[in-house]
Amino acid sequence: MPLGIFFLISLVKVVLTLAVLLTLVAYVQLAERRIVARIQRRVGPTRVGPSGFLQPAADTFKFILKEDITPTEAHPFLYVLAPVISVVLALTALSVVPIGGTFHLFGYPIQFQVTDINVGLLFVLGVTSLGVYGIVLAGWSSNSKYSFLGSLRGGSQMVSYELALGLALIGPIMLAGSLDLRQIVNAQNHIWYIVPEFVAFCIYLTAAFAETNRIPFDLPEAEGELGAGYHTEYSSMKFAMFFLAEYVNMITVSCIATIVFLGGWHGPMFGPALLRVFLPVIWFALKVAFFLFLYIWVRGTLPRFRYDQLMGFGWKFLVPLALANIVVTGAVLSFH
Amino acid sequence: MPELTQAPGVDTETTGRNLILNMGPQHPSTHGVLRLILEIDGEMVVRALPDIGYLHTGIEKSAESKFYQQVVTLTDRIDYLAPMTNNLCYVLAVEKLLGLEVPRRARWVRVLLNELTRLNSHLVWLGSHALDIGAMTVFLYCFREREELLKIFEYVSGQRMMTSYFRVGGLALEPPLGMLERIRKFLDAFPAKIDEYENLLTANAIWIGRTRGVGVISAADAVALGLTGPCLRASGMPLDLRKDNPYSSYDEFDFNIPVRTEGDVYARYLVRVEEMRESVKIARQALEGMPEGPWKAEVNGVVLPDRDRMKSEMEALIYHFKIVTEGFRVPPGEVFQAIESPRGIMGYYIVADGTAKPYRCHMRAASFANLQALPRMIEGRLIADVVAVIGSIDIILGDVDR
Repeated sequence: MPLGIFFLISLVKVVLTLAVLLTLVAYVQLAERRIVARIQRRVGPTRVGPSGFLQPAADTFKFILKEDITPTEAHPFLYVLAPVISVVLALTALSVVPIGGTFHLFGYPIQFQVTDINVGLLFVLGVTSLGVYGIVLAGWSSNSKYSFLGSLRGGSQMVSYELALGLALIGPIMLAGSLDLRQIVNAQNHIWYIVPEFVAFCIYLTAAFAETNRIPFDLPEAEGELGAGYHTEYSSMKFAMFFLAEYVNMITVSCIATIVFLGGWHGPMFGPALLRVFLPVIWFALKVAFFLFLYIWVRGTLPRFRYDQLMGFGWKFLVPLALANIVVTGAVLSFH
Repeated sequence: MPELTQAPGVDTETTGRNLILNMGPQHPSTHGVLRLILEIDGEMVVRALPDIGYLHTGIEKSAESKFYQQVVTLTDRIDYLAPMTNNLCYVLAVEKLLGLEVPRRARWVRVLLNELTRLNSHLVWLGSHALDIGAMTVFLYCFREREELLKIFEYVSGQRMMTSYFRVGGLALEPPLGMLERIRKFLDAFPAKIDEYENLLTANAIWIGRTRGVGVISAADAVALGLTGPCLRASGMPLDLRKDNPYSSYDEFDFNIPVRTEGDVYARYLVRVEEMRESVKIARQALEGMPEGPWKAEVNGVVLPDRDRMKSEMEALIYHFKIVTEGFRVPPGEVFQAIESPRGIMGYYIVADGTAKPYRCHMRAASFANLQALPRMIEGRLIADVVAVIGSIDIILGDVDR
């Protein structure tokens, strides 16, 4: 492929992904508000546009118009850097996630993925674990006690659950024999890994809730205890960036769960050729939507853990269980 | 950095190592305007100091410049989640001073509305307690039922929250037609709703983890600190004035006093949920056996006469005029009347000097006494427990500060 074409295709993909992703985040948020409202016998936002369809636009506009406050005692550079770190890392992680197979356009193979690297899963784990810097720096640079406590919680929680998350993924990696996300999906041609690796799936799902700071693990921003936790002092677009990062992270962990456990874009194939190109993407999107719905559903149902219980649950239950799962997977693999 | 205002008792010299965290008065989980000064070591609370007074209304003092019948409207605003209970306690105290006998129907309506008030108060407690611990849905479910209760209150008294429905000698107005049917409809649906809340919380592992063994207080400590109400009963002391010192015909009703012995947040939760079921039971009995008859005592010069009588009798018109313009005189003396509010023992101490205005009116507020136990319950525990414990004590700041 000529270099020019390569750049052109990459550029188009980056722009498309960003556009789709940002819209998606906005509408995941709208969906969350509507679904939680339904769970709670409310209506949710319905005023802006037909059944609230333009609410995300209104929200974004509102964020932009809000006064951007920097506390006088805040560290000026790190205070600005923290939300940037959060968003950039969240978006970077998603860049290696494939959402469909390959198709040919004007003779060039094009993948539904911004960039294809052969250690995709490792890359995603590495980049998302850097995300903790955003939270820690936000809490520290705000120079506020509530933010500080929130970021302490966030730091220890994300580091602990990162471990359980990573260990849970080792089982499927052993089965697939690859860290390449495409190969992991292709290896699930016959059976989705949720079946042989069900324990790992449960561990991953639990750890993913903690990783994205969602209820019941939303301790870093526990509203009832710490005001808003690490982003207490943030306003306007800086706050919106944390918000964006949280939802992008949700989408990332849902994508990884889909790829590793639910067979990625595998699904029944039918119809004309053009449909066959996009059908995998649709299957993928549906599976991701299932996870996102799960997130929202849990939020409407469960109370919040306490800090020590959270750590105990992670270190004393999830990590040993994940290790045991690796041993069992290894044993089964070696006997086959 | 500006110095944090130090509350009396917090010594920065000795606490230099730990972080002083100012929680409130603006904080989502301090239930109004409670301010807590927490000395924390990491996430652990070393010392806690409640700082109150942010909702001081001066009601006790205002009462001294109002006629006896006007004070009723002030009592609503003390514990604004249990207005009828405040009304009742006040009018019972004044009736005791006057030696007034209230008709049976009025007493029963008072009991009925008091139990609905208890439900109202407990619903707000459960909702906000659950919200503090992160269960948002319970909050909205509780407020859905509370809405119906407020509509009933509005139907009965004309006001949703500041009802002022009881008067010295009886009720303010005749209970409206259809009130009983409306309440019956609510009571028929309500037990299923309690099951719904319990379904979300009682057996929920996270909820139990957050509440069991948290904020434990022994029966001896509870008594020493003056705890009353569900907080005391959760520590194993079955004290409930509705049973132990019945007022307003409570002795004619059949109900149980839920008691637990654990003394933790979970026990207080279970006691209150069980109390809601008992309240439904009492309210249902009041509906079934609601007596007929007058809804206020006929005491000239104290109780406002009927409209009909005013149109035909000169004396009635004069009495009405005199009560409204001059109030009614209460013979000199003092009285203390205590009743069981949703939060514990509420008492009104009134000194009368023979005029139409109370010389002194003091309220023994359950929230104020219960709040004393907060430091004992949270010292040595985590910040997250502070929120759970505050919710479980169920304080109303209007009741604390008065």
